[in-house]
Amino acid sequence: MLAAAIIVFREVLEAALIVGVVMAASHGVPRRGRWIAGGIGAGVAGAILVALGADGIAAAVSGIGDELFNAGVLLAAVCMLGWHNVWMNRHGREMAHAADRLGSAIRDGAKPLWALAIAVAIAVLREGSEIVLFLYSIAVAGEVTPLTMAAGGGLGLLAGAGAGAAIYFGLLRIPLRHLFMVTSWLVLFVAAGMASQAAAFLLQADLLPPLGSNLWDTSFLLSEQSLLGRVLHTLIGYSAQPAGIQLVFYAATMLLILGLTRTIGRHPATSSRN
Amino acid sequence: MVRAVAAALALFVATPALAQAPVTITLRDHQFVPAEVPIPAGTKVELLVRNEQTVTAEFESNSLHREKVVAPNGQITVFVGPLDPGRYEFFDDFNQQTRGFLVAK
Repeated sequence: MLAAAIIVFREVLEAALIVGVVMAASHGVPRRGRWIAGGIGAGVAGAILVALGADGIAAAVSGIGDELFNAGVLLAAVCMLGWHNVWMNRHGREMAHAADRLGSAIRDGAKPLWALAIAVAIAVLREGSEIVLFLYSIAVAGEVTPLTMAAGGGLGLLAGAGAGAAIYFGLLRIPLRHLFMVTSWLVLFVAAGMASQAAAFLLQADLLPPLGSNLWDTSFLLSEQSLLGRVLHTLIGYSAQPAGIQLVFYAATMLLILGLTRTIGRHPATSSRN
Repeated sequence: MVRAVAAALALFVATPALAQAPVTITLRDHQFVPAEVPIPAGTKVELLVRNEQTVTAEFESNSLHREKVVAPNGQITVFVGPLDPGRYEFFDDFNQQTRGFLVAK
């Protein structure tokens, strides 16, 4: 039971952290709960579909279907998070003026909740499909009773959700006037980390050159397998032994999103609600 | 004579193009067999990871940047390299005690 709990926890952790960050980033927006819950629900449904089609996906495109799929959905999530930041910057001034109350665009729920919901759905889908594949196989193998499995899975899910709640309530302790600046930076780091993960999948598929297979090795300091290592992997894209191409993707994503927020997102939208 | 040379040449030319036979790693009873996998350094190597267990595994390696789910009684292909000589650890992410090394020489 413990084994199942640990595996489920590990997979849930990443998705739960992203949900926690997104919840904090959409603090005070009406109906955000429904959107985020919808994203989680869609992610769970997608995870089951992906798990069902896992053999087909793995075999697709001469055996690199898995890698292409993972890289594709990760990059889609990067776009969603990037769009969120561009939008936030556009409305940043308005929000700064209304530090106590929330800005009208936010209050009216104009914030691109759909982009955040899609990012959440993708995170849940990716981690969830591995949980489904794993739990399904131990159920079929009859290694554990369904009750033990459900208990272990439930425990892992609860612990993972706890971590998501912890980061959410931790972020909410930040004064409102700084909260969205902090969450925007956090979202930027999460997006850059996802881009670096996508690069690793494209590297695995042999579609990109490694540009140095291990730029550095800090696994003796902080292993990616440790709890803190996993948390930082999700939040800032920490990698103990990154390939050069991962760093390129990481930096390019940062520069691109920052550049877009400074250009497209620059004009403060005073009356528009887009 | 000409034919023999041509045949020898063809063999010589064809050999590098013929990718080395894939190196098979089998997952059995939560062990990698073999647990130490010798591979040539400096060249691309095809790994065939077979899962003879009844439970799903995930072949993963931080130093090689690889992670791929292997279905029960399934197999996956993973290309690695060209690698510098050294030891590269890999493991089953769904059962982390299950570990092995690629030894590139």
